Amino acid sequence: MRHIISILLENEAGALSRVAGLFSARGFNIESLTVAPTEDASLSRMTLVTSGSEDVIEQIMKQLNKLIDTVKLVDLSEGPHIERELMLIKVRAEKGARDEMKRVADIFRAHIIDVTDASYIIEMTGDSNKLDAFIGIVGPDHIIEVVRSGPLAIARGSRGLTV
Amino acid sequence: MVELSGAEIVVQALKDEGVEYVFGYPGGAVLHIYDAIFREEAIKHILVRHEQGATHAADGYARATGRPGVVLVTSGPGATNAVTGIATAHLDSIPLVVLTGQVPTPVIGSDAFQEVDTVGITRPCVKHNFLVKRREDLAETIRKAFFIATTGRPGPVVVDIPKDVTDPNIKIPYEHVKKVTMRSYNPVEKGHPGQIKKAVELMLAAERPMIYTGGGVVLGNAADELTDLVRLSGFPVTNTLMGLGAYPASDRQFLGMLGMHGTYEANMAMHECDVLIAIGARFDDRVTGKVAHFCPNAKIVHVDIDPSSISKNVKVDVPIVGPVKRVVHDMVKVLREQKAAIDKEALGRWWERIEGWRRIDCLRYDRNSERIKPQFAVETLYKVTKDDDFYLTSDVGQHQMFAAQFYKFEKPRRWINSGGLGTMGFGLPSAMGVQFAHPEATVACVSGEASILMCIQELATCKQYHLPIKIVLLNNGYMGMVRQWQEFFYGGRYSHSYLDSLPDFVGLAQSFGHVGMRIDKPADLEGAMREAFGMKDRLVFMDVLVDPSENVYPMIEAGKGHHEMYLPPQLSTESELA
Repeated sequence: MRHIISILLENEAGALSRVAGLFSARGFNIESLTVAPTEDASLSRMTLVTSGSEDVIEQIMKQLNKLIDTVKLVDLSEGPHIERELMLIKVRAEKGARDEMKRVADIFRAHIIDVTDASYIIEMTGDSNKLDAFIGIVGPDHIIEVVRSGPLAIARGSRGLTV
Repeated sequence: MVELSGAEIVVQALKDEGVEYVFGYPGGAVLHIYDAIFREEAIKHILVRHEQGATHAADGYARATGRPGVVLVTSGPGATNAVTGIATAHLDSIPLVVLTGQVPTPVIGSDAFQEVDTVGITRPCVKHNFLVKRREDLAETIRKAFFIATTGRPGPVVVDIPKDVTDPNIKIPYEHVKKVTMRSYNPVEKGHPGQIKKAVELMLAAERPMIYTGGGVVLGNAADELTDLVRLSGFPVTNTLMGLGAYPASDRQFLGMLGMHGTYEANMAMHECDVLIAIGARFDDRVTGKVAHFCPNAKIVHVDIDPSSISKNVKVDVPIVGPVKRVVHDMVKVLREQKAAIDKEALGRWWERIEGWRRIDCLRYDRNSERIKPQFAVETLYKVTKDDDFYLTSDVGQHQMFAAQFYKFEKPRRWINSGGLGTMGFGLPSAMGVQFAHPEATVACVSGEASILMCIQELATCKQYHLPIKIVLLNNGYMGMVRQWQEFFYGGRYSHSYLDSLPDFVGLAQSFGHVGMRIDKPADLEGAMREAFGMKDRLVFMDVLVDPSENVYPMIEAGKGHHEMYLPPQLSTESELA
């Protein structure tokens, strides 16, 4: 099953490679990983998507927690949470196809943020399925380039993952 | 406040940690630190002959004392040579602080002379590591390294120090960092009382209980608490290879070691028990055999300081996270109040079955052989040294298993071997660390002719520091354990396991300035050992020529269950096992 794990890490050199190294050394899956400093510059927040049986996920949580740089972590999949992923997608938009491409972008509530006479760059956020759906509709013939952030996630409600 | 250079801070911080010995080898990137050590009386630096020897010696020191071992090596090859020893300590959870030199910060990443990414190379085999880029961070980082290495589940910590950080010409104020707090690292201090109560309830309900303990009891200094628990409950107990000595081996309640080369009674009791109390053990594959066949009828309690050890290989019913000393102490307290509830009748029946298994005498061997049997050599070693203040280190292979099976360890920290990583070459340098820690004690290293050659250069270190270690070489001309597997599983094709052209070990020992002896008759062995151990101030290298065809029994083939043991050929008949 797919799990989305949020980790607060000491913002130290090498902390990211400790997490990445752990996954490769122990043969755990890693689907995506995104990391940036928080409002407290001494802390990084990492969002990691992985999959595995309950036993494997339990080991992943324990092994992550064992890293000296890990301050806190939570498996967000255990409760209600919100996921968002950012995608920037460069598509062909030549004469004849431009209106249609804009219309599809509008339906997905995406923004066109760069225009040439042959292409658009479209910015879109949503959960990963929505981004997948958009890619499916545009189709490989029209896609020039895709860049995705990997999911970010946060638990619903007033409580936060803080130190 | 004193003003010190980076190099002086390193040395002063070690002094403030109470470090007695540093095992090391100099080189370009650590010359400033070596210069500061030269001027410091309180810290004794031990010059090894290879950095692997430094890490193993520090490791032996740590295992024998419970205090962290300290290593100092240079950058590049100094650090990479140390890696085997660091990984050895990591897999056995031994507290080490390894200081490595690094090229100066401005040239890091430029493939400078003797540059490697030490932090990157060691990351998967340390508890934690640091690269210190500012001299202002040195003191606190070293304090953190000791704190992390010695608390929770212990382990090695590497501190990588670029040469410019130790510049002798730049001085900064130094103050001893007494305490560090880390928001990301808070080892647990006690077990959950509710879980402890549940564990005791399971113990009271047991008809066929078994206590299985590992290296954690030794590392956690919990041997006394374990002994209390075993005696109070009346339950049988087995130790892993790493846990030997945590319970007195000569006691009737001790069933011997378990696992791949464990005793018949220990493995059968594991297989048939209905409640298993695992303490400070990690369900290693050499212990469990095939996990699907492991303790098929048992409810399992697992006490461990490391939450990630729990339910990693085997799912357990009552996990208790905490330091074993405290948890077992609390278990004893709860059990003492309810002791009357132990089902004595069922326990009596259980012991009858166990005694039946014990009567099989699974460790029997041919005592009338004209060759020295390796088992006989270890038994003789035991006979000669059992009344001494004795420590035994080991290399890796058949001799290690024979020592574990036949030497009766009565106290913890007396049996020192590389269990997790299985590092050949560990025995001799670790014995040096033990001898430094306990200069008055008798220290022996049991080894094989293949293992000993992997760190033979340390004989020179032993000479320099007058270490009167006794080496008991069980010489069978083969990598014995490899040969055994090739005999059992590869149709007797002894691919590259025979050691052609071995050195003359007697002459070799003598060339290093030591005493060498060759013993090839069973009748001569005890006398020769007594003579060797009588030489209190000399290293004696006993080249004991043993029967090359001997195998280690019992044996559980990898991937089999505890009930599927190979027994010595002379008693493998079904009727004997009935």
